[in-house]
Amino acid sequence: MYKITKAEKLADKIYLMDVEAPRVARACQPGEFVIVKMDETGERIPLTICDYDRENGIVTIVFQIVGASTWKMASLKAGDSFRDFVGPLGRPSEFVHEDLEILKQKKMLFVAGGVGAAPVYPQVKWLRNHGIDADVIVGAKTKDLLILEDMMKEAAGNLYITTDDGSYMHKGMVTDVVKDLVQNQGKRYDVCVAIGPMIMMKFVSILTRELNIPTIVSMNPVMVDGTGMCGACRLTVGNEVKFACVDGPEFDGHLVDFDEAMKRQQMYKTEEGRAMLKLKEGDTHHGGCGHCGGDE
Amino acid sequence: MDVLKKVPVREQDPKVRAGNFEEVCLGYNKEEAMEEASRCLNCKNAKCIKGCPVSINIPGFVEEVKAGNFEEAAKVIARSSALPAVCGRVCPQESQCEGQCIRGIKGEPVSIGKLERFVADWSRENGFVPEAPGSMNGKKVAVIGSGPAGLTCAGDLAKQGYEVTIFEALHEPGGVLLYGIPEFRLPKEGVVKPEIENVKKLGVKIETNVIIGKSVTIDQLLDEEGFDAVFIGSGAGLPMFMGIPGENANGVFSANEYLTRSNLMKAFRDDYDTPIAAGKKVAVVGGGNVAMDAARTALRLGADVHIVYRRSEAELPARAEEVHHAKEEGIIFDLLTNPTEILVDDSGWVKGMRCIRMELGEPDASGRRRPVPIEGSDFVIDVDTVIMSLGTSPNPLISSTTKGLEVNRRKCIVAEEDNGKTSKDGVFAGGDAVTGAATVILAMEAGRAGARGIHDYLSGKPEE
Repeated sequence: MYKITKAEKLADKIYLMDVEAPRVARACQPGEFVIVKMDETGERIPLTICDYDRENGIVTIVFQIVGASTWKMASLKAGDSFRDFVGPLGRPSEFVHEDLEILKQKKMLFVAGGVGAAPVYPQVKWLRNHGIDADVIVGAKTKDLLILEDMMKEAAGNLYITTDDGSYMHKGMVTDVVKDLVQNQGKRYDVCVAIGPMIMMKFVSILTRELNIPTIVSMNPVMVDGTGMCGACRLTVGNEVKFACVDGPEFDGHLVDFDEAMKRQQMYKTEEGRAMLKLKEGDTHHGGCGHCGGDE
Repeated sequence: MDVLKKVPVREQDPKVRAGNFEEVCLGYNKEEAMEEASRCLNCKNAKCIKGCPVSINIPGFVEEVKAGNFEEAAKVIARSSALPAVCGRVCPQESQCEGQCIRGIKGEPVSIGKLERFVADWSRENGFVPEAPGSMNGKKVAVIGSGPAGLTCAGDLAKQGYEVTIFEALHEPGGVLLYGIPEFRLPKEGVVKPEIENVKKLGVKIETNVIIGKSVTIDQLLDEEGFDAVFIGSGAGLPMFMGIPGENANGVFSANEYLTRSNLMKAFRDDYDTPIAAGKKVAVVGGGNVAMDAARTALRLGADVHIVYRRSEAELPARAEEVHHAKEEGIIFDLLTNPTEILVDDSGWVKGMRCIRMELGEPDASGRRRPVPIEGSDFVIDVDTVIMSLGTSPNPLISSTTKGLEVNRRKCIVAEEDNGKTSKDGVFAGGDAVTGAATVILAMEAGRAGARGIHDYLSGKPEE
């Protein structure tokens, strides 16, 4: 069992938890993720690592309610436990293994959308701890859905916040801010890291291709085991089939086939996918589609 | 009684079992087992033993069954096998022990597999427990993976007094016995869990949710966690796909995913949360045991199921019993047929599969006749789900994170067959991680060899 030492609601449907998982805390790097399973009958759910405390063996996770399982998970409190908590999974962000002196010459831009601020944070923090200031754009639908603002402010070089509805700071999409920084403010970036909803990563990638900025995105497809065994998380990157769990989750955003990835993700998420699932799963449909909340 | 024939084994009626996940084969009762055992000729030079990868004293245990001494029979088997209830169910006996049986020359061989299963089930039901080691020898061994190779290796070493910890990446131990082989062939609560409990009773610790190469590396196990040797039995790896158009459509699964959802995550049960898009019209591509398992699982989830295989029936790699059971249950075999494209609708779901007919040409490197496409013979199968069961390629997680561990051209770990020795000092390996996908019993044989190699290594025996 993996004890929850802190549970906090960050925003509507977005939760942060500190979990005792010494092996994961000792080994994890920015860019990697974990899989949690709440109880005996639960699903295996891949989640972002938001922070880690190696000394105390604590891993911080952030998740959003997207289906029956995450909805159940949101009810956990400090003192409760996850039955299973495994990781770190995936490969660390590329810069972790880069020569520090070369890395220091690079100007990095992070673009976080919604709950994507959580996986961006440990990357920005790692860079800050290694003496590198990165620019960070955080986008949210509205002010109330903005998360980790203070932590991010502390770790980032420059922090740019934007809300779709203009309820806080800049009004507009993250892509508007990228464009503004590069085209109007004369900023130059060597690398862009974009993490958020697939549709956001797609549009950031389209823009950065025009702007000639190499871009890394972090994919979060459907997954089961997370160790390479099942292939559920496969996606097409530059005409090659890759497994997000062992080859990723970070890939070259200019090569990812987002349209295919979004269709694959819809399998368990959209209304259409849900209807299709109900039809195809028949009696075995019991949640996980992202909408029905289990048996209806 | 006709001595030329096996005592028939009771099975669930095909029509009934097609709709449930209960075990298909019901096994022998005492009387049936004793009667079947009496068919054994008790050969002096018993060829069946040579046919068994772990060299169980087959005439020895069968003799005890014949006399009704089931506990003695269990002891004879326990000397060679840690997982008899599993092996009695899933070994390809027709090409191993039973394939060598002298009775098989004129009639049917002795039903050794069913007798082994009977003894294992009897001893479990009667609380027969394997003996724990007398004293510990103070040496620590890490075993990676809790499948058949790892469990066997761990069990053998524990019996010799080693302190053994198994590290398992998934949330439950058992490996392929749990996530791969379905309930109706190998019951989890009834058979797999008790066998694992028996290994634990020998003193073996199992730590789940640890991915070696990620959570901790082999070098760390040796240098920081105080292990004296490591056995890698991490299993087969990443599922292969065909590389044909449409393969990433929704509704195309690897057999691993389909089976893991159903077996490990228990998606077939209402009280578990993991979903499975079971499909109504399913094509399973491939002809091995895993393909049969996926097909029969889809059938039980309510689908019409076709097996699509590019060679002919004679080349099907699956056990004869699995093919027979699949046919009895109503699975349709589209042989000499190969997919060329998966047809996808606008929303990204499978709407059909284009195939081409094949004919057999000259034998290829595997000795089997090579399937050759017949020009212009393509046609479309009406399916909404495709399950690819084409084998696996090795998982790089361990080999890429362990200094000095040699892999071969196919990226399998290089290990000596007799003792599991790898290129790295103190590290041994066996099972699918070394050979590529094979069978449970071959993995057990490799686990046993690894245990021997580790014992020789740690007891300072000179190399032969």
